[in-house]
Amino acid sequence: MPKSPNLDYIKQLSGGNKEFERKIITIIKKELPVEIQSYKKNISAREFEKAAEIIHKIKHKIGIFQMEEAYKLAIDYEESLREKEDRYKEKFEIYLRQLKSFVESCEI
Amino acid sequence: MKCIIIDDEETARAILQQLVSENANLDLKGSFNNAMEAIKFLNKNDDIDIMFLDIHMPGFTGFDLIDTLQNPPRIILTSSDKNFALAAFEYEMIVDYLVKPFSPERFEKALRKASNEPQSIEQKSTSETMKQETEDDEMFISVSRRLVKITISSIKFIEARGDYILIKTISKDYVVHSTLKKIEEKLPGSTFLKIHRSFIINIRMIIDIEDNSVLIGKDVIPISRSKRADLMKVLNLL
Repeated sequence: MPKSPNLDYIKQLSGGNKEFERKIITIIKKELPVEIQSYKKNISAREFEKAAEIIHKIKHKIGIFQMEEAYKLAIDYEESLREKEDRYKEKFEIYLRQLKSFVESCEI
Repeated sequence: MKCIIIDDEETARAILQQLVSENANLDLKGSFNNAMEAIKFLNKNDDIDIMFLDIHMPGFTGFDLIDTLQNPPRIILTSSDKNFALAAFEYEMIVDYLVKPFSPERFEKALRKASNEPQSIEQKSTSETMKQETEDDEMFISVSRRLVKITISSIKFIEARGDYILIKTISKDYVVHSTLKKIEEKLPGSTFLKIHRSFIINIRMIIDIEDNSVLIGKDVIPISRSKRADLMKVLNLL
């Protein structure tokens, strides 16, 4: 079963340091929407290489929230975009909504 | 160890800053979101020990940055992509490759690897020359990223070949990225002599001397006119 997004990795990094947890969540809350917006703009314009660059950054955040299935799909999606194809687009964007929703729900 | 972080993703920089702050041996000197700023900093600060470097950056990649630096510090690469690991092996200053997101334990492991490396690449390559003499008659040379021990007295001669030197021993030949000047400093002056701008010879290996050349094994090595007197002087002392 796909792993749901969680804060386990951030808590592992923080070692209980709440200030760091707040800091990293704040940064992601700020950075992710910009990346998603940039992804959407580039994928609409069929700028696949640029979209792949953004997926690369989003992939790191998917990993941070331990979304294992989404992470594997992001790898495939990034590769397909570099080959000028948008295979996996629909499935990836479902995961992307899930990620965005989770981040928005994180309390600071 | 003084370190810097280079990553265009703020989240990645914040995570590295956290990990660095928890390690008492690390002193963070800078955190940069692009390669150009890092280059400017490194040009003014040559005492950085470790660089945490992201590969994927817009315009100027981590590898581009490495290629730009004349004397890069030890580098721990960070990337969300495993595909560059092989390319990383081409750079001897890269001591580890961390795939993001990485655990604190994996981070510490990379640091241990960095700590075990020689102090700087400059030391490494200036000595492509050579390195820790373990005993009087032994030295280490860097050959294809391996440190190979050779016996000094087994060297027949050394020849300059552009940016490399050919070290010819009784049993084997080695090509090392270095200069005659650097290796000359490591060799005992009592038995090794530079007899030409491109040759240092082991005078104990000389079979005969004829006109302006010496015979060592099957190799005929030229003697510079200006060096001939030095050679004759040393031979008289034997």
